[in-house]
Amino acid sequence: MRAVNASHNDVDPSRHAVSTRNACKLCAPLGACLVFRGIENCIPLIHGSQGCGTYIRRYVISHFREPIDIASSNFSESTAIFGGGDNLKTALDNVTRQYRPEAIGIATTCLSETIGDDVRLYLNEYRRERAGAGLPLIFHASTPSFRGTHMEGFHEAVRGAVEALAEGGPGDGAINLLPGLVSPEDLRHLKEVLADFGTAFTLLPDYSETLDGETWSNYQDLPPGGTPIRSIRGMGRALATIQFGAGLTASRTGATLLEDKFGVRALTRGLPLGIRATDRFFDALSQLSGAAVPPKYRKERGRLIDAYIDGHKYVFGKRAVVHGEADFVAALAAFLDEIGMVPALCATGASTGKLRETILSAAGRGNHAVQVLEDTDFVTMLEACRDIKPDIVIGSSKGYGLAKKLGVPLVRVGFPIHDRIGGQRLLHVCYRGTQQLFDRIVNALIEAGQEGSAVGYSYI
Amino acid sequence: MIEILDGRKRQVLEKGKERRDLACEKASLAGSVSQRACVFCGSRVVLYPIADALHLVHGPVGCAVYTWDIRGSLSSGPELHRLSFTTDLREEEVIYGGEKKLHSALTELIQAHRPKAAFVYATCIVGLIGDDVGAVCARVQAEQGIPVIPVHSEGFRGTKKDGYTAACTALFRLVGKDDASLVPQPAINILGDFNLAGETWIIKEYYRRMGVHVVSCITGDGRVEEIGRSHRAGLNVVQCSGSMTHLARMMEETYGIPFRRVSYFGIEDTAEALYTVARHFDDPEVLERTGELVRSEVERIYPEVERYRKALDGKRAAIYVGGSFKAFSLVKALRHLGISTAVVGSQTGNREDYAYLKEICDEGTIIVDDTNPLELSAFMMEKQVDLLIGGVKERPIAYKMGVAFCDHNHERKTALAGFEGMLNFCREVYSSIMSPVWKFSPAYEKRITLGKVGYESRECIAQ
Repeated sequence: MRAVNASHNDVDPSRHAVSTRNACKLCAPLGACLVFRGIENCIPLIHGSQGCGTYIRRYVISHFREPIDIASSNFSESTAIFGGGDNLKTALDNVTRQYRPEAIGIATTCLSETIGDDVRLYLNEYRRERAGAGLPLIFHASTPSFRGTHMEGFHEAVRGAVEALAEGGPGDGAINLLPGLVSPEDLRHLKEVLADFGTAFTLLPDYSETLDGETWSNYQDLPPGGTPIRSIRGMGRALATIQFGAGLTASRTGATLLEDKFGVRALTRGLPLGIRATDRFFDALSQLSGAAVPPKYRKERGRLIDAYIDGHKYVFGKRAVVHGEADFVAALAAFLDEIGMVPALCATGASTGKLRETILSAAGRGNHAVQVLEDTDFVTMLEACRDIKPDIVIGSSKGYGLAKKLGVPLVRVGFPIHDRIGGQRLLHVCYRGTQQLFDRIVNALIEAGQEGSAVGYSYI
Repeated sequence: MIEILDGRKRQVLEKGKERRDLACEKASLAGSVSQRACVFCGSRVVLYPIADALHLVHGPVGCAVYTWDIRGSLSSGPELHRLSFTTDLREEEVIYGGEKKLHSALTELIQAHRPKAAFVYATCIVGLIGDDVGAVCARVQAEQGIPVIPVHSEGFRGTKKDGYTAACTALFRLVGKDDASLVPQPAINILGDFNLAGETWIIKEYYRRMGVHVVSCITGDGRVEEIGRSHRAGLNVVQCSGSMTHLARMMEETYGIPFRRVSYFGIEDTAEALYTVARHFDDPEVLERTGELVRSEVERIYPEVERYRKALDGKRAAIYVGGSFKAFSLVKALRHLGISTAVVGSQTGNREDYAYLKEICDEGTIIVDDTNPLELSAFMMEKQVDLLIGGVKERPIAYKMGVAFCDHNHERKTALAGFEGMLNFCREVYSSIMSPVWKFSPAYEKRITLGKVGYESRECIAQ
């Protein structure tokens, strides 16, 4: 573990453990599987041991409470010795036969990457051997879990799909939006926003239906929804690509690929959380679409400011621990700064080297005692909190133990939320999402005060 | 009806239609969305509840983070097992080797937490990058003075069952460490109970009432020192036999301790488990106390079970669980509730298990080994079941199809073992099957119009 740009506020790096203790990150194939699940009629296939797929399924199901079928090439001892080509091909045959998918997204693992499996080569062979068989589209992401976190896997899979499918051609004026890891509710809202700007768009991935669908009358092999393949093909003809956050976690993304290969302009914006960040997103949409911000969002913005004012005294100066994906943490920190709270500890399991700088540059006053921990874990966070004395923890449900030990409330946001239902329906983005988050934070602080008081006022 | 993959056809049969045995104990087919996990998973679930040991996962971050605080295994004291420790190997260690990091990580964690023993789980790539985990463990053991035990659980080296074997081999190194302490007799060890929601405590209390001393529960609320004197017991009582029979066999060979396979799920099997132990010691007082215990417990719960039976009579269930021994008990327990089992399967059953399962199931029951979501959903639809018993991965399959669900896996937080566990089981099954929410489910409605199920406004039993 190491503290980034350690200042007098930071935890002494020499105190940091060699081991990771209660990790604040997941492995890369998980992120890739979420992306592949957000492409229409696409099934994820993990090239590695059986356990990877099963563990990731369990982890994802416990958050979204939806089926997620992930196939596995299921390595055996001999596969690890002789290479995974045959297993991968058999797996592709069997998945195609059972699911009849339009596409298969392959995520590699530490195992297949360590033995040096060349998936690209295997796929070329496979396409040659099965020529004329009406194969599904197949693309892959290199996602060994010893490199990066689930977010690197996520961005790699988006890039893999775009690389395999996007085509050039005359511009169609559409906007590509790469939202990163957000909730299905966020995706639904982003689609609403884009539609309200009157612009054609492609949202990749879009698991708003596949990972938060309706109840069924018949079992669906592949649940309906997801970014249509034909839309991904069209991404090379778009006017521009907006990507949220990704600048922190990945430098080679779907957006940079589209820019390099097809000249589609890449715009990186922070996750639209808070007024300033949402303004920047809406400004970009206005400029690209040529449409003014629709009145309904002006009103949402106005109501949000009104709410900020109503609630400002409850949050002012309150100290928060924020944990999760680097981009998400940066967005939350900027939002907290905007409402007068102190993002006293900003922690991520990722190693970006840029989180502190990003947070400080977004901070209005810039002189907060902000401690930033990268490549960190929940035990290290708890150790750091001895000096910080936070009032609240904001992040995934994996922060529950931390919040409990600190005796402060946890406001559950992001992924995963394993100890409540409805994580997939939490709205975080734009004015409306910020409104919900603001209300939840204010109320958590009020409730903590109420619970800790012997008086127990019922009127505040 | 979905297509069953060629390589899997012999792993499915319908009782009464075919006279062959069920194929099993095969590696999962590549591309099949098996519900099984891997060797590491097998080792990790077995050793997990040993609460005063350090569990360090050597490998990249995934294996550790997906198993952080994953089981509902309770501890009466230390809770070291609920933390997730990993060497979190990075690219440079994959290239240059992870032994140094493993040594430092083990040393700092042992010094920080002072565990009674440490287990080091080798994951997929550890052997491939040339790490000698055994040598590092031996060195740290010498330096720190506690047992430091490698668990050879590389994910691809077999199935979950091989992970059980690796865990048993690791456990066996702790057995017999304490040869000085004497234990009162008659004494047993409980193997294969993981103290989910305090189940081991329920079972231990029965044995206390019978006058049988429990030396070690090995894995349920497990303690290193208890395992160290477990060779002093006169009998190993093995639940979840798939996972722990290997340890029982090693203890039989080395220490001459016989073992019996039992199950604590359901009235019959719980009673039979206790009688098995009592008969083994052939002590008239123990036998009498056991009879008295079973009588009083059954009398206590029977009226309530009977009320649930009246409400649930005639329903149909599908069961898909990890170990087949649990499936046997569930078929019987459901029968007590008037529920027939229309589909049953397991991830790891063997030939004998499936033969027995076939024997106890009704004609027309589909029996399946290592199934996948597409097959399972098709079987459930074909048999029009009202209930699925399984784990978290199976839950959404049931819910999407308007089918009630009972979690019988290791994540659960409800005690289902023993006599009071049977009551909890009844309540859980009842509260899911009888919920009025199904009336809104299109899949459920479809079953009604097919005449396969009817929503009955039966007496609502207070929960």
